[in-house]
Amino acid sequence: MATEKNVPEQDTQWPRWEVFVQEKTGEPHQHAGSVHAPDGELALQNARDVYARRGKVYSIWVVPAEHIVATSPSDQGPFFDPAEDKIFRYPHFYKVPRGVKNL
Amino acid sequence: MSAQNIAPELQQPLFEYLLRLGDDRLILGHRLSEWCGHGPILEEDIALANLALDCIGQASVLLKEAGTVEGQGRSEDDLAYFRDAIDFRNLLLVELPKGDFGFTIVRQFLFSTFSYFFLEKLQQSAHKPLAGIAAKTFKENLYHLRHSRKWLVVLGDGTEESHQRVQNALDELWGYTEEMFYMDQVDEALMNAGIAVDLQPLKEQWLSMVREALQEATLELPDPDVYQHQGGRTGFHTEHLGHLLAEMQILPRSYPDARW
Repeated sequence: MATEKNVPEQDTQWPRWEVFVQEKTGEPHQHAGSVHAPDGELALQNARDVYARRGKVYSIWVVPAEHIVATSPSDQGPFFDPAEDKIFRYPHFYKVPRGVKNL
Repeated sequence: MSAQNIAPELQQPLFEYLLRLGDDRLILGHRLSEWCGHGPILEEDIALANLALDCIGQASVLLKEAGTVEGQGRSEDDLAYFRDAIDFRNLLLVELPKGDFGFTIVRQFLFSTFSYFFLEKLQQSAHKPLAGIAAKTFKENLYHLRHSRKWLVVLGDGTEESHQRVQNALDELWGYTEEMFYMDQVDEALMNAGIAVDLQPLKEQWLSMVREALQEATLELPDPDVYQHQGGRTGFHTEHLGHLLAEMQILPRSYPDARW
């Protein structure tokens, strides 16, 4: 929307940060959600307040959302399709020879 | 249980001391809670509500211990909701209206910095329940300090308007900082028993940490000779406390046995 003077309104929203939370040392950081913040330290603090105050948390990562490279819905076919018609990619395609135990 | 271990002549000072510490956090917590739904942005709204909850939680254990020490059967809720302004012992600093976001941040920073040095020492209190409360509170306060200090720097070193707003807040609040180091016979009696913290040596440490943050935030240290307000520790409050209490206490006073 343009204002009267035809100057575009400034975006007053802070950048978005994606939040990854690790519950125990050694475990993977898992995506918890996102927060808005003007810089990394405040993104960490906001993430702590929003996602880490109740449950047990060992560590938090925050990543500027704009730095995440993601597939788009149109990538569905070329990226993810092949697996379905190549059933030999699944372990149950292969018959387990009789007599094999402990598999 | 702890009441029995206290020398009779220390019972009244210790009750008074616990009220001072508990009331500081109760009133500050209430002021912070006034931001709920009014924060400048959703994330900060949650952050301020979290600080408020920490403070009210701290107040709750401190006032509970005060009730135990007093030995008259008063609970933390009795002390929080059924005393009048003249019986409150909090600093004037924490009862001032919440102001703008910059004002709230500067107050939080000044108080959290003081609490940092104070709680560090209070963990060695000879009154064991108090030492335990201090240890838990110290940890929570570390976050309050980190959050408010960060915002102080962001706002101070931000736009012209944000800089001016926090500088104004700082100048206004400075006249309420000396009271943090107020001591009287309550402190003296308890210091001799190893229960209370000597506040005098904390002042230099506090000032040096404040000065460092102000420098980073490109803010000016206020005039050191500014008039210093006092009275909260002995029940002489600003007119703001009565209004705060009216809002905070109306429900339990109207429906004394109300339950969730």
